[in-house]
Amino acid sequence: MLRIGHSHYQAVRRHGEETYPYECCGVLLGRFEDGGRVVTSVARCGNTRDDSPQNRYNIDPKEVIRIQREGREREEDIVGFYHSHPDHPARWSSTDLAEAHWLGCSYVITSVEKGRAADTNSFELTGGDERDKQLVDEKIEVG
Amino acid sequence: MPRLPLAPLGGAGSKGKLNPERFPGHPFRNMTKIHIPSPLRQYAAQQADVAVKGSTVGDVLSDLVTRHPDLRRHLYTEDGKLRAFVNIYVNDEDIRYLKREATAVGDSDTISIVPSVAGGSLR
Repeated sequence: MLRIGHSHYQAVRRHGEETYPYECCGVLLGRFEDGGRVVTSVARCGNTRDDSPQNRYNIDPKEVIRIQREGREREEDIVGFYHSHPDHPARWSSTDLAEAHWLGCSYVITSVEKGRAADTNSFELTGGDERDKQLVDEKIEVG
Repeated sequence: MPRLPLAPLGGAGSKGKLNPERFPGHPFRNMTKIHIPSPLRQYAAQQADVAVKGSTVGDVLSDLVTRHPDLRRHLYTEDGKLRAFVNIYVNDEDIRYLKREATAVGDSDTISIVPSVAGGSLR
């Protein structure tokens, strides 16, 4: 399960609307708790895939390091990531799975249809390693 | 055991952090710190930072997987190469743009292991 405050949830969705028709991306910070994740802050990132931003995203590892370092000062950990799918369902693609490597973290996807955020779904990256990893639907508790 | 001289007083070290040289018992004294991302901490005794020895990135990673063997398969392929999605940074520099695993490191450096974050709707 992913627990996220209303303002952070809306911020994730709004980011996708702002970057439409390109994919947005960002980091979810917080803590691991009771087998799930609690989001306490959200960090927007740039999408370095300027060759195909309408259907691909990549976060610069340097940006991840900075966000991680700033999060640690607040005693927050990286618990997941988010991105948007412009005019495409909020379901993970084979690319999303192939490029997901943060086992135990949440991957949140928002479909943005004609510039308006539609569905937001979350998936936990489960498994022991690259060979058996899966993105599994998880409930989002907004409150 | 002879007492080692402490570094001169002078406030915090680089990046505003405490200078381990000032603290003889500090676990990172004369060692390099590797930051472990959350997915891999279960293979590093739940530590977010591990003190390791070595003068190059290759040496310190080797020390890391010696201390925590379960990390090896997550960082390296079966033929001993760093996995393509495993980004290694020395402070804020990607080792691919330095000397890769031959990049020199010292005890004031922080090494970060950062799995890639990417994807998209394109199949």
